[in-house]
Amino acid sequence: MSLDSKIPKGDLADKWTNYKSKMPLVAPNNKRRLEVIVVGTGLAGASAAATLGELGYKVKAFTFHDSPRRAHSIAAQGGINAAKNYQNDGDSTYRLFYDTIKGGDYRSREANVHRLAEVSTDIIDQCVAQGVPFARDYGGNLDNRSFGGVQVSRTFYAKGQTGQQLLIGAYQALSRQISLGNVTMYNRHEMMDMVKVDGKARGIIARNLLTGELERHAAHCVILATGGYGNVFYLSTNAMGCNVSAAWRSVRKGALMANPCFTQIHPTCIPVSGDYQSKLTLMSESLRNDGRIWVPKSKEDAKAIREKRKKGVDIAEGDRDYYLERRYPAFGNLVPRDVASRAAKVACDDGNGVAPTGLGVFLDFASAIQRYGKSDAHSKGLDENNQKLVTELGTKVIEAKYGNLFEMYEKITGEDPYTNPMKIYPAVHYTMGGLWVDYNLQTNIEGLFALGECNFSDHGANRLGASALMQGLADGYFVIPYTVGTFLAEEIRTPAFSPDTKEFKTAEAEVRARLESLVGNKGTKSVESFHKRLGLIMWDHCGMARTAEGLKKGREMIRALKKEFYAEVFVPGTQDEFNPELEKAARVADLMEHGELMMVDALDRDESCGGHFREEYTTPEGEALRRDEEYTYVSAWEWDDNNPVLHKEDLVFENVELKTRSYK
Amino acid sequence: MKWLINFFTSSIGRKLIMSLTGLFLILFLVIHLLGNLQLLVDDGGVSFNAYAYMMTHNPLIKVVAYGNYIFIVLHAVMGLILWAKNRAAKGSTYAVKSNAKVTWASKNMALLGTLILAFIFIHMGDFWWKMKMDVVPYVTIEGMDHQVKDLYSKVSHTFNNPYMVAAYIVGLATLSFHLWHGFQSAFQTLGLNHPKYSPIIGGLGKAYAVIVPLGFAIIPLYHFFVMK
Amino acid sequence: MKLKLKVWRQQNNKDKGGFQTYDVVAEEHMSFLEMMDVLNESLIAKQETPVAFEHDCREGICGSCNMVINGRPHGPNSGTTTCQLHMRFFKDGDTIVVEPWRSRAFPVIKDLVVNRSSFDRIIQAGGYISVNTGGTPDGNSIPIEKDVAGEAMDAATCIGCGACVAACPNGSAMLFTAAKVSHLALMPQGKVESNRRAKNMVATMDKEGFGMCSNIGACEAECPKEISIDHIARLNREYVGSVFGGA
Repeated sequence: MSLDSKIPKGDLADKWTNYKSKMPLVAPNNKRRLEVIVVGTGLAGASAAATLGELGYKVKAFTFHDSPRRAHSIAAQGGINAAKNYQNDGDSTYRLFYDTIKGGDYRSREANVHRLAEVSTDIIDQCVAQGVPFARDYGGNLDNRSFGGVQVSRTFYAKGQTGQQLLIGAYQALSRQISLGNVTMYNRHEMMDMVKVDGKARGIIARNLLTGELERHAAHCVILATGGYGNVFYLSTNAMGCNVSAAWRSVRKGALMANPCFTQIHPTCIPVSGDYQSKLTLMSESLRNDGRIWVPKSKEDAKAIREKRKKGVDIAEGDRDYYLERRYPAFGNLVPRDVASRAAKVACDDGNGVAPTGLGVFLDFASAIQRYGKSDAHSKGLDENNQKLVTELGTKVIEAKYGNLFEMYEKITGEDPYTNPMKIYPAVHYTMGGLWVDYNLQTNIEGLFALGECNFSDHGANRLGASALMQGLADGYFVIPYTVGTFLAEEIRTPAFSPDTKEFKTAEAEVRARLESLVGNKGTKSVESFHKRLGLIMWDHCGMARTAEGLKKGREMIRALKKEFYAEVFVPGTQDEFNPELEKAARVADLMEHGELMMVDALDRDESCGGHFREEYTTPEGEALRRDEEYTYVSAWEWDDNNPVLHKEDLVFENVELKTRSYK
Repeated sequence: MKWLINFFTSSIGRKLIMSLTGLFLILFLVIHLLGNLQLLVDDGGVSFNAYAYMMTHNPLIKVVAYGNYIFIVLHAVMGLILWAKNRAAKGSTYAVKSNAKVTWASKNMALLGTLILAFIFIHMGDFWWKMKMDVVPYVTIEGMDHQVKDLYSKVSHTFNNPYMVAAYIVGLATLSFHLWHGFQSAFQTLGLNHPKYSPIIGGLGKAYAVIVPLGFAIIPLYHFFVMK
Repeated sequence: MKLKLKVWRQQNNKDKGGFQTYDVVAEEHMSFLEMMDVLNESLIAKQETPVAFEHDCREGICGSCNMVINGRPHGPNSGTTTCQLHMRFFKDGDTIVVEPWRSRAFPVIKDLVVNRSSFDRIIQAGGYISVNTGGTPDGNSIPIEKDVAGEAMDAATCIGCGACVAACPNGSAMLFTAAKVSHLALMPQGKVESNRRAKNMVATMDKEGFGMCSNIGACEAECPKEISIDHIARLNREYVGSVFGGA
């Protein structure tokens, strides 16, 4: 299979503009006859469904949630990037493009990333027009902050709830289209399979989660915006319901999964407290703007803290190792996520961890409190040397900036982060890999599109902070409404599809049989227990640091687990009712296969880049060693139960020079 | 006019009726109290009876009085409709009672209102009805060319009955609780809130809810204990 | 810690439902939902049907989780969703009563899961700004006072969990509706259609069978995002204005 990325010719900066103006269009009268299915209603899905509805397509949108407002995009805290250069600090479309390419460790497509940077500014305008209450300065203008991995302030935010506000904006736009009758909304419907007719994606089988009824839905094309697969690790910052099933079912129908091993481990999460734990909570990356990361220099101090004989504040300044500032003086605490995460792992592996489990480092605001306190005291004409006053004033400033995050930390841990440094540890957060798509966001299956985290296209091997929201909305608002036309313009003569054809009925029967085998299984072990074990295998063998040996072993373990799952899982109830355990069982089954593919992909990629760190490939200083000669390609996998087939899309860099990422 | 009907059958429209009638009644209570404080004047009822005569004969006041009755009825009937609708909207209740920090009065406005309505019946049955039915004796006031009804004696007589005094105290306490929530609630429903002024209204409402019923309560107590 | 859980079990909307008592051993670091996970795992081990409850993000923002714990929506702590409530706020030997949201407009689907799609329909009635994608002016073209944007943000922080309705003795959705009306009415962009919005959203709210606000304030006390009933006053103002002032 040859992979055609369909990247338009011409100068990087003009590609999208020229392409847009020459793209085939669909006339309004034809749009009304063309049906589009959108699966998933997070940022990418809701914005796509709303915009396609506005354009006049007949849209059916599906979510497994009880409302489109619940998608996990809502949990993004920090912000959204845009090359507005409102701060006049040297930002530009090119710089955002360059930062993203570099941040992604040169494993993403130049053309896609440049398009992303171009439309980033439109997103902000769009969201402001929708009434998104972004933070503002006293002059009434939009405020910005800086984020990890970059040297400009280009992140727009709404308190620590930017994802929520952007999703609600898209949800409202979608709600408007629903009320106008342009979008039909299917809540509590889960896509169980994708249906191909004559090689093109023409519909889905959906399960009504309230009744268990299987429904056949046909359309001219299918758009997946179903998020990432971080839950393959069981413990992650993803929501409990996040899953890979929609994408995976498409992979089983021939779609290619690209770069599945590129997973992002976020450096600032609340550490694990016990084995009952169901998920990990993120502390926004924005905290690294003011927080300093450290561990005790001596292992004895670290041990004393772990055993609660000492507290973080008891360690004298000279006995602390601010390891990010020491190792990466240029970026300090603001190095990209993959770098910060690995550094934390190194510190803890060396025995300097501070959480009871040994897996935790400090994120300390004491010096920020003093700095802000002094400056506030100065501006108010008060005594800058009054320690108590300065601490009080500084605490107030920190509270105004991060109050809700600090509150959340205290709720979860029961510790006060204003007086004692926070404890944090990396956790699985985002998956850069996803369905392979071309420049049009179309997969290798005609008529099947993938948007947002569900596709692989823009973040390479590592995503920069505040770029996920940008990509989700870029795809949904400003890319797919154009590029879907490249496919649909050819379909204007295709009449509406019937969901009663052989293809749909066969697919439905297959889904029914699959679910029946799960509920009919006479096992004894819970779905949850398998999911937990899968997560441990993934974390141990395909986590922050990987080895060829570990990956081979991990793959075998997953295959054994899969066998055990089908033999011994117990799913209560029937498939003809509201049955959350059955939903979970089907999702975990798909996550297992996907996890296996991640091992295969990670084993194939004999280099370290971004979120993929192979212990065999490091520089003498222990930094990641990329191997551009051999691995500057996208790994697109065709699934096979035994031997997945690799298809390579070579990445061509015409505008940026591949450099070793240095944040020193 | 359909829009007006729609408004007054909408949830907020109905609430607005409660608010506006409530505010009128709040205003009425002040006037009523000021007049009735003359019951504390130790002149054998001369000033109070003259005031009672004026109140029952001034055409303008008569109109306002009937308006007042209508508002009481409207406030009560609408209140009961809201109560019934809200109970239906809630459906079943919880097995465990909430201990959230809300005032007891706010959750029991319908109960309080019903008790107040009962009290109004007792109150009006004893004074207003007897005035109307002409069972109150007449008395001569110096400086007036005709006799007036001796409502003062009637009041004095009632307030020498310990049961009636108790009924008044209970009725007024109920009113106090009703006002404790009702006063500021009326402003909230009208949408009259402001970070600077709302706390003032809140404080005013609470002061009102205590002072006005207390002012009324002094009258029976004074008659019972002091003027006996 | 050993706990006694009295959990509402109800097969479906037609079933009458009732309480069932379970013994659970929990740890103080667990979240309330993780304690429920422990219960469910023990039920599955006995091949029984686990308790159905709604949950997703488990970090207090998606608004999925909804349990009335000892008579209070989202439990005893203020400003906290069920998923963020941790077991250290309970004592060994406690009996905890868990019930679903109760309101006619939120029919029970199963056990603790209720149907909150009435909220979606209220938003569909006008909880948006009518602007299509593209062709919008520059984000900084309309300056918005910092405090006004902040107040709009406070209203927009609603997670649509329905605790306000669950807490309200009247089953009223005024706080939910007001939060959206207020958020959009405060922003200059949203002012344009504020008359139409208030009128349509209130009409839908009434039609869905929610009760009427009597300013009790239980919604504000239980809202996990601590949204103020000042927004209800603004909705009242907007609504009255839209009826008497609008065309």
